[in-house]
Amino acid sequence: MSVSLSLTVNGKAATADVDPRTLLVEFIRNNLILTGTHVGCDTGQCGACTVLIDGNAVKSCTILAAQANGSKVTTIEGLATDGVMHPMQAAFKECHGLQCGFCTPGMVLSAIDLVQRHPNADEAAIREGLEGNLCRCTGYQNIVKAVQQGAAAMRR
Amino acid sequence: MGASDLNTIGQSVRRKEDARFLTGAGQFTDDVNPPHHTHAFFLRSPHAHAKIRKIDTSKAKAAPGVVAIYTGEDLTGVNGLPCGWLITGTDGQPMKEPPHPVLAQGKVRYVGDGVALVIAETPEQAKDAAELINVDYEVLPAVVNPVDALKPGAPQIHDGAPGNKCYTWALGDKTAVDAAFAKAAHVAKLDIVNNRLIPNAIEPRAAVASYTRADDSYTLYVTSQNPHVERLLMTAFVLGLPETKVRVIAPDVGGGFGSKIYLYPEETAMVWASKRVNRPIKWTAERSESFLADAHGRDHVTHAELALDKDGKFLAMRVQTTAAMGAYLSTFASCIPTILYATLLAGQYTTPVIYCEVTAVFTNTAPVDAYRGAGRPEATYVVERLVHAAGAEMGIAQDEIRRRNFIRKFPYQTPVALLYDTGGYDACLDEAMKIADVKGFPARKADAAKRGKLRGIGYSSYIEACGIAPSNIAGALGARAGLYEAGEVRVNPTGGVTVFTGSHSHGQGHETTFSQIVASRLGLPIESVEIVHGDTGRIPFGMGTYGSRSLAVGGTAIIKALDKIVTKGKKIAAHLLEAAEADIEFKDGKFTVAGTDRSKAFGEVALAAYVPHNYPLDKLEPGLDETAFYDPTNFTFPAGTHICEVEIDPDTGALKIVNFSACDDFGNIINPMIVEGQVHGGLAQGIGQALLECCVYDKDSGQLLTGSFMDYAMPRADDLPSFKVAHKVTPCTHNPLGAKGCGEAGAIGAPAALMNAVHDALSAVGVKYMDMPASPHRVWSAIQAAKH
Repeated sequence: MSVSLSLTVNGKAATADVDPRTLLVEFIRNNLILTGTHVGCDTGQCGACTVLIDGNAVKSCTILAAQANGSKVTTIEGLATDGVMHPMQAAFKECHGLQCGFCTPGMVLSAIDLVQRHPNADEAAIREGLEGNLCRCTGYQNIVKAVQQGAAAMRR
Repeated sequence: MGASDLNTIGQSVRRKEDARFLTGAGQFTDDVNPPHHTHAFFLRSPHAHAKIRKIDTSKAKAAPGVVAIYTGEDLTGVNGLPCGWLITGTDGQPMKEPPHPVLAQGKVRYVGDGVALVIAETPEQAKDAAELINVDYEVLPAVVNPVDALKPGAPQIHDGAPGNKCYTWALGDKTAVDAAFAKAAHVAKLDIVNNRLIPNAIEPRAAVASYTRADDSYTLYVTSQNPHVERLLMTAFVLGLPETKVRVIAPDVGGGFGSKIYLYPEETAMVWASKRVNRPIKWTAERSESFLADAHGRDHVTHAELALDKDGKFLAMRVQTTAAMGAYLSTFASCIPTILYATLLAGQYTTPVIYCEVTAVFTNTAPVDAYRGAGRPEATYVVERLVHAAGAEMGIAQDEIRRRNFIRKFPYQTPVALLYDTGGYDACLDEAMKIADVKGFPARKADAAKRGKLRGIGYSSYIEACGIAPSNIAGALGARAGLYEAGEVRVNPTGGVTVFTGSHSHGQGHETTFSQIVASRLGLPIESVEIVHGDTGRIPFGMGTYGSRSLAVGGTAIIKALDKIVTKGKKIAAHLLEAAEADIEFKDGKFTVAGTDRSKAFGEVALAAYVPHNYPLDKLEPGLDETAFYDPTNFTFPAGTHICEVEIDPDTGALKIVNFSACDDFGNIINPMIVEGQVHGGLAQGIGQALLECCVYDKDSGQLLTGSFMDYAMPRADDLPSFKVAHKVTPCTHNPLGAKGCGEAGAIGAPAALMNAVHDALSAVGVKYMDMPASPHRVWSAIQAAKH
């Protein structure tokens, strides 16, 4: 048994027949070979697998690929335009908001979602807003700084 | 761009590696998908301690998609996993080294112990098949606490380790210490539990093992901090393969913190099996497996005493520690609570005599090994908690009691083997007090009291021994390996430079820092320098990254190779410029005849080396490619003071870190931005230990109760404050960079600073002592207990 999928990923049509139990993250990594979306846990806690579905941050390990049918998915690979990084990506680099880089894609996408909802979030709101994304390297301080800088750039 | 702009030492150059990580182009082990690969699943023991009567794999072997299933019985000719450090006990006997089988042989010893390797076409098929394996266990009583494991009648984990004891080891002059205690005006005493931690790099461990029939060789992609060590241990000690036939690649690795140093059973079994199934095998740990089967950290139970004279001068320290090893000896387990622990008990102080006795114990838990700091956080916690207690008991201010005992003359020989080359402890304490606004603390405390809150401030003046390590000293202490580093600098014909380093970067930013060193020395833009790491097929050799050693040891190896490049370049330039070699100077990317304007650019010399038409071929080989191995002459000694201020709600036990200030001395700094990032990350892990994290096994069943991110509290963004970070510099005296290392400092200093602040705050309500982590429940319980 399989289900037919038709969705848009990073602006391109993606169609496939998959096992119904396929998670969205598995579809992204294994079928589309978009390996920037990472799996860091098995309980929906770490947020490394975060993608945008119709603009909203979603942990792609917590939903079935079938549930994303018909939607527009953005992964970390789809953020830059014409080789120019999204302001949030650029801010993470500028502020040293990443070290090993494993949580980074999910962190950047969560940050974009956060800023879209709360363009003027202060430090406390940013820290609370990123509560669903674990980073073991940075101690979060430079991530918070990056989100503030990214938010300012996104407002421009 | 002028030549001087190319010297970026000391500048916060943005990282070269970031572009790939920020665009999803990083290549982690789980992103490697060789054609026709199979998937592995490890069936693990559900019991903490059990005999295996029988394993029936017949149903599982017939399940859809199964390629092969192996158990311990199948691994004939495969040895156990080795331990890399021999500790000799106080009885003169070597430590007990019971076998550490790759897959269980007749017995399982912790929940998560590997029982069978299932290989199938898909991960789901491998997992489904594993459920069909019938293991007949005879469950035995288990023991998970190291103190309990030493009690008479405790379950015996290994036949070869009576009483579950691995060794009892000691350092220091016990007679002199006892005599000093007899004369002391005051003795501070503490019983301390250093809580067990689970490292939890966000990338789970993973491996992809392939066998190539054409040349009977193996390729292993693995999440490793030190691929050459992995290969050496796996081939020479376990599988009996020639090193030349195994290539180990550690590509992008998503954090290590010690947990990816070790040779683990999983990848070892997979390399062995890859030839049997003649297809690549891939395995990525689920997070639940990481919790169960990654090496854990800490897990000490300690009684410690500090003797002081009436003026608060330290006279002696006496420490007795019981350290858990877990069910088996992991790669460097034995040296953590000994060589990297007892040797640090002098801290920053002139304590004249110290005695430390350590008993290492097997328990029915995951193996314990180095986790960020590795022994040094445990030592710092003992020293700094004792100093705090002594200051509080004797009525001496916390900065003052430290100042009365600081070492100020260098080099300084401690009574616990180490020779500190340099340091400046007052400067860090002063600066930390300044940025923490210690002067304003009494007013803040009074204000908190008005609001019904308890404020406390805590100090931690830590030291660490990094740059691990001089091989001859390490060897005399039982190391079974050398601890140098290798670096190769290959200048390409067109002048670009490829650097091959034995250090491994898994978040530390070596591609940037090392590029800065090379580019600054050769007068090149950093874009012209490429850093290659993590591949035994490309790099001469390497001991890898741990113990904050990469810059001090790996960076120095690169400097030594650069020296050779410049020396050869001068010879080539002398020929091209028709001058004497002794007259050639190299500066800002140019070889110049001293006192003239006659020069050759670095690129011209490189081209001449590879196109030697006009070249001293009778005296000099073509090419410009040099390798150096560097073995440090001493450890490096980063040190500093961390100050933490907390506010506690006595009604709920909730604790808020209102200020965390750190002033560290890492010697010379190449990239301040990266160093600051390392400090932040270390502090987060140190605060994690003191505030949130605690690995708990059920006392009776030995089940891991904190086996997921829902049960084990990881620091999240809203658990931590913004840190105030500063630096003071006393350059390391024995490496050319003057660098000491910065990776572990935060994790080493922070726990004591935070817990001293907690004790300071809770002293107002009569709490004498509590262990980490200072969770609301524990804090509230301590407050309640003090009331009764």
